[in-house]
Amino acid sequence: MGILTTFKDWFGNDWGVHPDDRKRPAADAAVRVMPVPERLWLPLQQHLGAPARPVVLVGQRVKKGQLLAEAQGAVSAPVHAPTSGTVAAIAEITAPHPSGLTLPAIVVDADGADEWGERVGCADPFALAPDEIGRRVAAAGVVGLGGAAFPSSVKLAGAARAGVATLIVNGSECEPYLSCDDRLMRDAAAAIVDGIRIMRHASGAARVLVGIEDNKPEALAAMAAAAASCAEIRVCRVPARYPMGSEKQLIQALSGIEVPADSRPADVGVIVHNVGTALAVRAAIRDGQPLISRLLTVNGGCVVAPGNIEVRLGTLAADVLAFAGGLHGDGLGLARRLLGGPMMGMQIPHWRVPVVKGTSGILALAADEAAAGDADPCIRCASCVRACPVGLLPLEMSARIRNDALDAAAALGLADCIACGCCAYVCPSRIPLVQYFQHAKGELAARERARLRTDATRKLAAQRQERLAREASEKAAAAARRKAERAAQQSAAEKLVQGEPA
Amino acid sequence: MNPNAFAAAPVASPHAHGGGSVARTMRHVQLALLPATLHGFWLYGWPSFLLWLLTILACVGWEALALRLAGGRRVGAVLHDGSALLTGWLLAMTLPPWAPWWVAVVGGFIAIVVGKQVFGGLGQNVFNPAMVARVALLVSFPLPLTQWVAPLAQPAPGFVDALQRFLGGAPVPDAMTSATLLGHARTELSRGVDLMQVLAGAPPSSLSWLGERAGSFGEAGALLLLAGGGYLLAVGVIRWHAPFAVLAGLAVPAAIAHAVDPARYLDAGSHLLSGAAMLGAFFIATDYVTSPSTVPGRLLFGAGVGLLTWIIRSWGGYPEGMAFAVLLMNALTPTIDRCVRPRILGRDRRGRPLDLPPGSPRQ
Ligand code: SF4
Ligand code: SF4
Repeated sequence: MGILTTFKDWFGNDWGVHPDDRKRPAADAAVRVMPVPERLWLPLQQHLGAPARPVVLVGQRVKKGQLLAEAQGAVSAPVHAPTSGTVAAIAEITAPHPSGLTLPAIVVDADGADEWGERVGCADPFALAPDEIGRRVAAAGVVGLGGAAFPSSVKLAGAARAGVATLIVNGSECEPYLSCDDRLMRDAAAAIVDGIRIMRHASGAARVLVGIEDNKPEALAAMAAAAASCAEIRVCRVPARYPMGSEKQLIQALSGIEVPADSRPADVGVIVHNVGTALAVRAAIRDGQPLISRLLTVNGGCVVAPGNIEVRLGTLAADVLAFAGGLHGDGLGLARRLLGGPMMGMQIPHWRVPVVKGTSGILALAADEAAAGDADPCIRCASCVRACPVGLLPLEMSARIRNDALDAAAALGLADCIACGCCAYVCPSRIPLVQYFQHAKGELAARERARLRTDATRKLAAQRQERLAREASEKAAAAARRKAERAAQQSAAEKLVQGEPA
Repeated sequence: MNPNAFAAAPVASPHAHGGGSVARTMRHVQLALLPATLHGFWLYGWPSFLLWLLTILACVGWEALALRLAGGRRVGAVLHDGSALLTGWLLAMTLPPWAPWWVAVVGGFIAIVVGKQVFGGLGQNVFNPAMVARVALLVSFPLPLTQWVAPLAQPAPGFVDALQRFLGGAPVPDAMTSATLLGHARTELSRGVDLMQVLAGAPPSSLSWLGERAGSFGEAGALLLLAGGGYLLAVGVIRWHAPFAVLAGLAVPAAIAHAVDPARYLDAGSHLLSGAAMLGAFFIATDYVTSPSTVPGRLLFGAGVGLLTWIIRSWGGYPEGMAFAVLLMNALTPTIDRCVRPRILGRDRRGRPLDLPPGSPRQ
């Protein structure tokens, strides 16, 4: 691959960027386990799809791992109690979203006993039918832990149905600052490999490719050693390059398959799962444990003791930061609060936001780490074109959007933009390109919805018109029929009078 | 917690930035121009320094004035990006080293006001401002624009002398003039003298690699410009495609023609080291604003510039054609950008989704 890649780079196929990864020293610090806080906030929507529906009452006592809210619909995931205690309320909490809007959440007050409810494990997962594994994974509320939070069981079941050949396990962790996957691979490689084998069994894939970026040599070594005895699992070194962890990019780097624009990976025989997800699947199947905690990275120039912390879901970011030693100077130099990585993560308005299933990191960035500054005019330097991993023309799209020519921007491939942020990262004029694109996508989606609505209204109106017309013509026909009948009766009567046989 | 951060509106991702800036880019380019510029001062003395200085001051001055008149409030910030300074510098590199003061002022006006601000300022212009000015000056004032002083001309004027000459606009004394290689070759060819004889009679330094020869201010330092280009490539300010294509577009036809008819066509080496070839390849054809934004587009653009330059030099009305070639290709840039687009991942060149690969489950 080496020479070919260099050759391709030489001719311009060098997508992506190489941000300063800033993963160490946090990545090298031992994992700390945070004690259960007094109060946990569990949003009903922590995943992609429909929100879960509460099945507990306020005041009810719950055990650790007990179902709090059940999945609703085909794409959804249940929520479980991260510890034993009492349901204190079903209330609104600031969502892990830049808008600062609130989301309904189940509030659990811990009783300190941390007592498990009933768990049904399985000593030999490979004896289970693949769809039984899918059911158990679904019941455990496992979603993709890389950040997208797509329900894992949906992917596994879809893979089995489609007959995928390749399971790709994403250990690339290409976002700067984040190191939780790195830490998991270093500390729990054997368990991850076990989880991968369970997922392979469930998905029916023949081979497994584990992609790990070359800036994580310890994780590469640990995973290679753990997978050495499994012939079907290959641990692959991929170049550290953002956004290597993006689904279609990773698939191409590992398998050489280019997923068509209108298809999903399963259509070409591939599914992608994150290493953390493999671990969660293993816990769900072997130990019957639902997803109630996760490892996340606390990092950024303002954090006193950066590192990876195992946290119960529902813990407030404020509590996690306090556990991590707080912020330097009590947050005086704080420039930005983020959930997730700096490239695709989101800014949050304050720290009273709960950790959810997809929270891979909590970052407190100092001013010299956070992108800021006024945008200058575009100098057409084409750095953005070179960086875009999708092959779009960010400068042309943003120029169209600035002129409100959203359809022209769409014609340039706006819908294919994965919002990875490479373009804005390299732009010397600091143009907030991703902001333009997200705005335009939202606007186009709103227009589409409006169009569908008017279409539906128009259709209803047309149907009504048609019905009225039909009724009118039916009435007229009936009237004509009656008239004809009357005329016939009359003439018959007349004939009768004249003495002719009817 | 910091109350200011509380009040701040949410910022869209990404929250990290690579640290590049327009001003930084311009500084790199200026640094890359420096060796050839100092070399020019050494060759042509005080008058060339005055010309260089005034051209830059004129560009910056016109830019400030244009922004003020347009009611822009960020005059300081816009000037700070250094693009007007760079335009002036590039223009100075292409002028005859002893050109009088008004050439600098008029050239600055054409470059900045006509070539750039009329289009809407930085990033909006279609044509390279320095080349617009160069061509407009050449066409309007052919005489002062084709008076080439001999390198290291003696007696070298002192500062006061130079100032008087610069402001007075006196023509270069005949004894001090010299023809450029391209100009010389053209004149002789048109007189029916073939190139073998011409070059045999030319002073050997006309092609010396150190470049002690007549020409525009930046012409003699061709190799230093090449080095500057190498620096820009190394720091990633420019990419190799456009310069390579320009030089190839110029050298390949030149080499072929020279092989076929050496009496009529100059060799490739002379073409590459003469006129504005190096300046054009590394500093003009790489102008972000007026060249295409994709790799194939840049290859096409560069090859067009090189080829047109060779054609104009060989058969056109002027001995040097780089500026004309650049303007012609600038005009084609929007078309190139419309026609040459990168392939979107998962789609074919025409934007349709790719077919599923053979053996996919969903086929
Ligand atoms: S990186 Fe920024 S300045 Fe450069 S072309 Fe893209 S949008 Fe314009
Ligand atoms: S955000 Fe969109 S346009 Fe920008 S680099 Fe990523 S995919 Fe390309």
